[in-house]
Amino acid sequence: MKHVVVIGGGVAGMEASAKLSEMGVAVSIVEKADKLGGKLNRWDRLFPNSRPASDLLAKLQSGMGKDIRKYVNAEVSSVRQSLKQFDIALSNGEDFKADAILISTGFDVFDAHRKEEYGYGIYDNVITSADLEKTFRKGETLKTASGKKPQRVGIIHCVGSRDEKAGNNYCSKVCCITAVKQAIEIKEQNPEAEVFCFYMDLRMYDRHFETIYKEAQVKHGIQFIRGRLSEAFENADGSVMLKAEDTLLGKPLKINVDMVVLMAGMVPSSGNRVKEQLNLTVAEDGFFNVADAHYESSGTNVPGVFVAGACTGPKTMENTINEARSAALAIKEYLR
Amino acid sequence: MLVFDWFVLPFTLGLVYLVVTLLVKYFRWVKNLPVDEFAKVKKGVLSTKTFSAIREVFLESLLHRKIFKVNPLLGYMHTSLAFGWFLLILIGNWESRIFYHGHVSPPYVPIFFRFFNPHPVGFKLEAMFSFLMDLTLLVVLSGVTLAWLKRMRSRFFGMKKTTVLHMGDRFALASLWFIFPMRFLAESFTSGAYGGGHFLTANSGAFFAGFLPVESLVYPAWWAYSLALGTFFVALPMSRYMHIPTEIVLIFLRKYGVSEQSIFTSYTQVEINSCSRCGICIDPCQLASSANIRGVQSVYHLQSIRNCAVDNDKSLNCLMCGRCDNVCPVGIDIASIRKANRKQQAAQKENVYRYVPEGNAAKADVIFFAGCMTHLQPSVKKAMTGLLKHAGISYWFMDESGSVCCGRPLMLAGKEAQARELMANNKAKIVASGAKLFVTSCPICYKVFKEEYGLNIEVMHHSEYLLQLVESKKILVNRQDVKAVYHDPCELGRGAGIYAQPRQLLKSVVSLQPVSQDKENALCCGGSLANIKISNPERKMITADAVSVLTANNPDVLVTGCPMCKRTFAQASSVRVLDIAEVLSGALVLKQPTALIKVKNEERLAIQPVLIR
Repeated sequence: MKHVVVIGGGVAGMEASAKLSEMGVAVSIVEKADKLGGKLNRWDRLFPNSRPASDLLAKLQSGMGKDIRKYVNAEVSSVRQSLKQFDIALSNGEDFKADAILISTGFDVFDAHRKEEYGYGIYDNVITSADLEKTFRKGETLKTASGKKPQRVGIIHCVGSRDEKAGNNYCSKVCCITAVKQAIEIKEQNPEAEVFCFYMDLRMYDRHFETIYKEAQVKHGIQFIRGRLSEAFENADGSVMLKAEDTLLGKPLKINVDMVVLMAGMVPSSGNRVKEQLNLTVAEDGFFNVADAHYESSGTNVPGVFVAGACTGPKTMENTINEARSAALAIKEYLR
Repeated sequence: MLVFDWFVLPFTLGLVYLVVTLLVKYFRWVKNLPVDEFAKVKKGVLSTKTFSAIREVFLESLLHRKIFKVNPLLGYMHTSLAFGWFLLILIGNWESRIFYHGHVSPPYVPIFFRFFNPHPVGFKLEAMFSFLMDLTLLVVLSGVTLAWLKRMRSRFFGMKKTTVLHMGDRFALASLWFIFPMRFLAESFTSGAYGGGHFLTANSGAFFAGFLPVESLVYPAWWAYSLALGTFFVALPMSRYMHIPTEIVLIFLRKYGVSEQSIFTSYTQVEINSCSRCGICIDPCQLASSANIRGVQSVYHLQSIRNCAVDNDKSLNCLMCGRCDNVCPVGIDIASIRKANRKQQAAQKENVYRYVPEGNAAKADVIFFAGCMTHLQPSVKKAMTGLLKHAGISYWFMDESGSVCCGRPLMLAGKEAQARELMANNKAKIVASGAKLFVTSCPICYKVFKEEYGLNIEVMHHSEYLLQLVESKKILVNRQDVKAVYHDPCELGRGAGIYAQPRQLLKSVVSLQPVSQDKENALCCGGSLANIKISNPERKMITADAVSVLTANNPDVLVTGCPMCKRTFAQASSVRVLDIAEVLSGALVLKQPTALIKVKNEERLAIQPVLIR
């Protein structure tokens, strides 16, 4: 029986493992965290339909049968290609041979400390979109550092995305719709709150996105300001003064908010380390190259090594799941 | 007794042309100096400054002491050519003068002495002079050989790159390389045919006589020598060898106190003509070494000004880090020339910033000015205000909620008129506050406030002020078990000469590790506001190289005194980057321990618990 090792036990890794297993392939899945599920463990509700992340996770988990060998708290410490097989050693001492490898290491959230001018880690009331998901997931109400309900919230788009200075020239794709989703969730929790989104461009490209964006404005009164934040300044009471240029009005603008939410973008995962040992190439943005951008998006420059999910660039949950299934098919074909 | 032969004409005419050209140029340049600067010259001529200028001419123009310091081999090459040639002329003159019993003779006589007197019978000092002349000629020839080697293989001289030459230079260079071998041949043939000479030319003469018809070669050889000299003299004013006589003028003017102004003056002409295009400024330029940007370095910039062919790239693609000023053996004020050049190119507009409100001033003893870059690094701002409060200082945070730019970025871009407008706005507030001290946490602001504002109060960089507060025990600090390296910001170090205070301050709280390139030789972080041409990927290459030099010994923190450097390094360094104020605030002895800087990401801020009490 052919054996496939899946590196990364997030959405892509789980779905691909389930499909490969269904097709009669032996699968081992390696996850560095203490449980499978990846970012689904951290998110609260998913766009476009506000379905709980835990619900999707349960669905993915149902496919992870007993046949799939699961290694959590484990990382790949070395991979070597020998003829048509791969020798893989794990950090927990396990080692095995694989006929193919699927890389599904996903992405890391951009470290917002790197945009120091936005005050993350320095000002009390500056959080990231990932922090906000955590709050919602715990079922808590959003509160300022002094324990009050924020009456004004500023949401900053494109933190670490489309930012040459941060070294990330690409768009992280999901932050715009996440910002709209989170803005609505803040309003739902506290309808009196005022929410301002600072954006460069709103990329409402996918099905339902435009509808949600319109609903945010019409139903919830969320304000969208076209202009990049230049600077954030902490007032004595802990509130934050935001400075930006409203590029539609062509005027500089200052606004005080109780809380700031930074839409941290996606960066290549630190799990991409396997690339050196496998001689895999990455593009300028640090994400893996694929064999053929249109026709072979699951393949890489190394035969037998496949990719799925956000390790080849920012993408949504449903695209990730589709790619995982497509990679499973490609692997099955390769193993024949 | 006048000796003459037709072959002396190329030399003599060339010399007359050269002397007349130089005198006309120098007379014009000195006469056209700005009135104040010319007054300095008039006052200086009859002072002891003249003597110290003569001393410097001897040390630099002849001995090339500064080049020796950079690179002994390169120094020897310049000294052997310059001082050797000088001695050749000097000794030749003595010889001729003694031989002709002090009769004044035309300049060509000592130069071609050996032609007219191949083997002077009855001249008692002949042996001594022949020996000295041979020795000196040998030294010069060794210099020519080295110069030739340098052109072929600059790496022998520790230089990665030497300058690329233009036509005029090649012409002059070729004739210069010809002069001394031709003299050697002419003297050798003369010796071979008529005797005379010493250990060098007598032996080579005998050698050549063995297989060449030396008697018939003597005359053509002296012609060739004279032609080479004449050609060189005519080419000199159009070539880089103009630096030989002009550097002397430069040294005198500089000693008299003449300096570069905010616009080009005739002194600028003296400076750019003093550039020997030695190329020493190329290697320290990080644009070349890290980002492979060629043809924009100072040597090329000065050359393009001289040739009236400045393009945008040469004047604007520069970090203005001052690393080339630091090594220039001629001591040309490269940075000021570049600034003046930018000013010349930029449009000067009035009333551009009329919309900026005048703003109110608050009364205080001390003004703290953060500047835009500190505002983009809130941790620095927070540390500074925390420290000032802790020390109980009555201060006014001048740009706390709305800042007017210090003017330095506009100055660096050459837009001086616009900059002055913003400066006037800031100055009015500073004066109205009645403060006695102005402190800024940004070296870029510091430089302009200190040098251009004409404030009557003291201007300090925060590292200077914090050191004062620590020394006067207004701030109490604990030593931390942290290994730190300090990065000298360009504007603070080479720009303002502040090296000691930040180090002294850091030594009171952390253990400071050495860095291979520091102080005057410190690297630029790559973030410089002065370069408006460079691309972000090019900047990143410079930053990455600088970070690897700074963190070579694996320090716990990389400390700097500039928010711009901090911001730039933070994007590229795996070692935590802190401002000096953050380090100090982390080491504060607090009555009620409360962290000044919150920790959100434990992993990234692993060092923080050590620094924060």
